[in-house]
Amino acid sequence: MTDLSTRDWLLSAAPTTRRQARLGALYQGWLTFRSNRLAMLGLIILVLLALMAILAPDLAPYSPTAQNLADRLQPPSARHWLGTDALGRDILSRIIWGSRVTLFIVGTVALISPIIGLLIGTIAGFAGGWVDQVLMRITDIFLAFPKLILALALVAALGPGIVNAVLALAITGWPPYARLARAETLAVRNADYIAAARLQGAGSFRLLVGHVWPMCISSMIVRVALDMAGIILSAAGLGFLGLGAQPPLAEWGAMISDGRTYILDHWWVAAMPGLAIFIVSLAFNFLGDGLRDVLDPKGGAE
Amino acid sequence: MSASDTTAGGRPAPSPGPVSSGPTPAPGGSGRTARRARAVAGVVLSLLLTLLGLLLVTFVIGRVMPIDPVLKVVGERATPAQYEAARQAMGLDKPILVQFVAYVGDVLRGDFGRSISTGHPVAEDLRRVFPATLELASIGTLIGVLIGVPLGVIAAARRGGWIDQVARVVALIGYSMPIFWLGLMGLLVFYGILGWVGGPGRQDIIYDGMVPNVTGLVLVDSLIAGDWGAFRDAFSHIILPASLLGYFSLAYISRMTRSFMLEQLSAEYITTARVKGLSERRVVWGHALRNIAVPLVTVIALSFGGLLEGSVLTEIIFSWPGIGSYITKTLLAGDMNAVLGGTVVVGVCFIALNALSDLLYKLLDPRSR
Repeated sequence: MTDLSTRDWLLSAAPTTRRQARLGALYQGWLTFRSNRLAMLGLIILVLLALMAILAPDLAPYSPTAQNLADRLQPPSARHWLGTDALGRDILSRIIWGSRVTLFIVGTVALISPIIGLLIGTIAGFAGGWVDQVLMRITDIFLAFPKLILALALVAALGPGIVNAVLALAITGWPPYARLARAETLAVRNADYIAAARLQGAGSFRLLVGHVWPMCISSMIVRVALDMAGIILSAAGLGFLGLGAQPPLAEWGAMISDGRTYILDHWWVAAMPGLAIFIVSLAFNFLGDGLRDVLDPKGGAE
Repeated sequence: MSASDTTAGGRPAPSPGPVSSGPTPAPGGSGRTARRARAVAGVVLSLLLTLLGLLLVTFVIGRVMPIDPVLKVVGERATPAQYEAARQAMGLDKPILVQFVAYVGDVLRGDFGRSISTGHPVAEDLRRVFPATLELASIGTLIGVLIGVPLGVIAAARRGGWIDQVARVVALIGYSMPIFWLGLMGLLVFYGILGWVGGPGRQDIIYDGMVPNVTGLVLVDSLIAGDWGAFRDAFSHIILPASLLGYFSLAYISRMTRSFMLEQLSAEYITTARVKGLSERRVVWGHALRNIAVPLVTVIALSFGGLLEGSVLTEIIFSWPGIGSYITKTLLAGDMNAVLGGTVVVGVCFIALNALSDLLYKLLDPRSR
């Protein structure tokens, strides 16, 4: 099959199989996404970030933890592109290795929060009655909490560390997803196709998993993409406070905290990891905007 | 409780769209008052439940921590009998529900226990540090409103124009920038290199304790004392952290203002006003802006709550002796009474602001009556 005919097959207005229709819809979404230049830029940056995390041992010119006190606080140069920190560690290498920590935290939080939210929201919306009342009341309580402060208190109770930081961010992050999933569930709960499935003998569990969840997925994905930047910033904030990844693990927020003491004379120690955080969260914001245009045309009205 | 009450809690961004689309019954005198009373009662009930939830959460956090509070009091080498006695004295042997009720009672009386790191009652510490945060967040919100609202209005009125583009970029950067990093860079440039502003802290040392403490807000206190030197000094210290917070609040407020305005500007009454021959300026600033006042107040209240929270990281960067610095300092010392006390206070402010904006929305917006 040549390229042209693949394209025609994908864009066919009269798909003959279910698979063709599905792939065709995906392809059209991709075309919309591709036409958004900033979204593409965001995607490229994130792909590079992922590659950087995977290839960290090969890319990093130095070890992220090797100390070299003779070379401490060196400004950016040909030998150390982004300079060195107070222990003589190469900042570029630490940023490269730090991308793994960042991706780990963001990835797990962005997986756990929406799943908790999806479960609670769809159950509340589908069950209705007092179950709905109770679940949504709990959601409201968490929603009314200042997120960062709650995360701080949680980490204080659980003890600092990367896993507890993820846990704290996930626990503070799920309520908006629950709201969203509930709204989507209410919208389809009384739809004819649900009634039809019910008449065919589908149980509540099957209805929920097979017929309600798929309707929630696209709006959830958009929300996740738009939340990613916020998760990165919160994670970096926890790291900055010394509550995230513990030394000597390289984490961008903690690296900024290390450079704080030297900010007036050796600005690069704090500036470089901050730039990394900024670029990555900007990329997620670009990507989120682009995805919203594709998956949720109503929301991207502007 | 009706189903609609469940949506009354912390709504992040209220939509200005039609709240009740059905035909509104003719506003009869007593019916309207009753409806208002019911709306207020709904908000108050929801407020109380949320506050109880807040205390439940902080209570649970206080229980799950791996640090044994009894051990912290009696020390590692206490005999089992001493340990048991201390445990009973602290009420930790009672059923968990009794403990929770006691905790709620304590908090209602303003008793958060004693801080291990400062040695003072937590409530006393909080009373001392809270005004500093309040001052910072207020000035920050002021900056956010004074710049954010006009920016959003112009961006909507000249949609696609260069101001709109600038506003978009400003907001995007605001959403993507780590606040503590921007603070550090601000210190580097404006204090370290340019020397335009005062450094970390609220005042220079020479002014410390010079102005009688009336409100706890240094700017206000120095004005009351008529001490211009102290005022200028306090201003040069607060302007950078407050601008920083103001920038983040501006990013949010300008985006929300813009989308509220766009919705209004496409409404028919705007077309009518234009057809009538009103100047564009009056259409935008007189008609449309007036109609978004209510949702805008809600947004501003929410953004103020956000700044109370956002000040945690900012305060650390600027060594600002507020509630954020207090929570993090005590947190690193494992001082849970102080951490949870601070969390409750910030949480209560946050929830109160939410409820207030909700209430304003219900009382002021004719469509939701």
